[in-house]
Amino acid sequence: MQITVIGAGVAGLVTAVTLAERGAAVTLHECSESLGANAASWLAGGMLAPFCEAESADPAIVAPGLAAIDWWAERVPGVTRQGTLVVAPPRDAGEVQRFGRRTRQGLPLDADGIAALEPDLAARFAGGLHFAAEAHLDPRRALLALSERLQALGGCLRLSSPLEPETAAGDVVVDCRGIAGAADDLRSVRGEMLILRTPDVRLSRPVRLLHPRIPVYVVPRADKLFMVGATMIESEAEGPVRLRSAVELMNAAYALHPAFAEAEVVEMRAGRRPAFPDNLPRVTRKGRIVSVNGLYRHGFLLSPDCAARAADLAFGPAQTREIAA
Amino acid sequence: MRIYDETFTSRLMLGTARYPSPQILKDAIVASGAEIVTVSLRREAAGERAGQRFWDLIRDTGVKVLPNTAGCHSVREAVTTAEMAREVFGTRWIKLEVIGDADTLQPDLFGLVEATRILSNDGFQVLAYTTEDLVAADRLVEAGCRVLMPWGSPIGSARGLNNVYGLRAMRARFPELTLIVDAGMGVPSHASTAMELGYDGVLLSSAVALAGDPVRMARAFRLSVEAGRLGFTADPLQPRDFAEPSTPVLGQALLGDTVFA
Repeated sequence: MQITVIGAGVAGLVTAVTLAERGAAVTLHECSESLGANAASWLAGGMLAPFCEAESADPAIVAPGLAAIDWWAERVPGVTRQGTLVVAPPRDAGEVQRFGRRTRQGLPLDADGIAALEPDLAARFAGGLHFAAEAHLDPRRALLALSERLQALGGCLRLSSPLEPETAAGDVVVDCRGIAGAADDLRSVRGEMLILRTPDVRLSRPVRLLHPRIPVYVVPRADKLFMVGATMIESEAEGPVRLRSAVELMNAAYALHPAFAEAEVVEMRAGRRPAFPDNLPRVTRKGRIVSVNGLYRHGFLLSPDCAARAADLAFGPAQTREIAA
Repeated sequence: MRIYDETFTSRLMLGTARYPSPQILKDAIVASGAEIVTVSLRREAAGERAGQRFWDLIRDTGVKVLPNTAGCHSVREAVTTAEMAREVFGTRWIKLEVIGDADTLQPDLFGLVEATRILSNDGFQVLAYTTEDLVAADRLVEAGCRVLMPWGSPIGSARGLNNVYGLRAMRARFPELTLIVDAGMGVPSHASTAMELGYDGVLLSSAVALAGDPVRMARAFRLSVEAGRLGFTADPLQPRDFAEPSTPVLGQALLGDTVFA
């Protein structure tokens, strides 16, 4: 079966690889000149944190989210299974209890427990939670690894190749364009992030800093890099990071560890997350066009499940079906 | 409940930020029975109407939108935001917030009065987020404000009514004005208490948005606001120091050998 996938963000790459693994002849078309240049997932945190995300998302994301950790670990390098640490500044300590009540699997930690996991955070926080089953990856390395895997499976990646699903070739066309897919009730939720570099802080796992107004996370990456994210703004606006957001993110990093004050600001960028009104993804088929969209802030967490559903629809009967992850 | 020249059945107003999803927000609005929701206008979303998709989702529920100037720390910022909001939402209403302190998010009353005067003169109908300070309230009324929104306690603190005495005094001082307790609600009984004090309405946001089950909590607040209002209008008893039996004691048959000791 000849399948055309449009959009090489995380949804498109995971879908293309999944289809190729099931034996389809896949061509993946991406409108931008380089991988990730136009993708929300290039700016993602790369946290595979279904339990933490379920604090504010539908609990239905937990099972496919846990399965996604194995999916990624089997296909890309650098999936780190060290869990997630959740802490709160002293004046917001009550937020940790609240977070624990709203989630499952969080192991309560005292200051010694936090120090045992993250020695650099010793004596900085009185209490926290450890979600040991969670993991993280570096989104950019993961996306590049997937594009190599796609090609190793005989698939083809065409950059600088904008396509409309209606006119694309193939027995089936999978539309993974995200915001550009412009479904009726799709909206964009703007997110802003930074990447910092410092040799003075060492973390082994993503740390979420709870705050009643601006919860943020810091994700360690290779080469002394840290990703700090992310704002959530109901806006279609593209364009550079706003100072207010930058200040909030930087303050959070500084509150986590004062040594971040000396970090280099390597990158500051804004992207747009595609989301439906319930903030859950949709996988649908109409005629020969399958759509995967609305991954919101769960691109890496939910794309393996969405891709499996998209593949079922691609290989299955050509009828309109809707599956919410 | 009267807001300038319009009358509403529901006395509960909801915020729209920080819900788990727009769908849950819509469900919560329906469950709350609210006829008015407040929407904060971030200027980055106002430029080229970048927040339009989200605003459309709210409008689809059929409620009236009360734009607010949340997060504005100066008169100029608040006035500019109000002007943008008038254009974006096509309403003369503005819930005016001029924040004076980053920790407590309490209003800058001096800036609030100034911004109220500027906006009232420009044809806005101002709903001022204020404290229970009576002098500030007088100044706001002089500046043209007809709906005062004193805080229950700091925004998002879930502490309920910090100063019942002050809120009662404000109600007594402005019997004709529309008074709405805004901010600080945590649980439904907080809203009931505000309504029992004779307030015209309650505005709350995070108490519902950040609850584990926002839709259920929205319904709980709907009921509590109704209960408090019914209680207030039913002319409740005043507290007293001694028991008052509901049946007369004198002449009651005395059983056994109990006698007046």
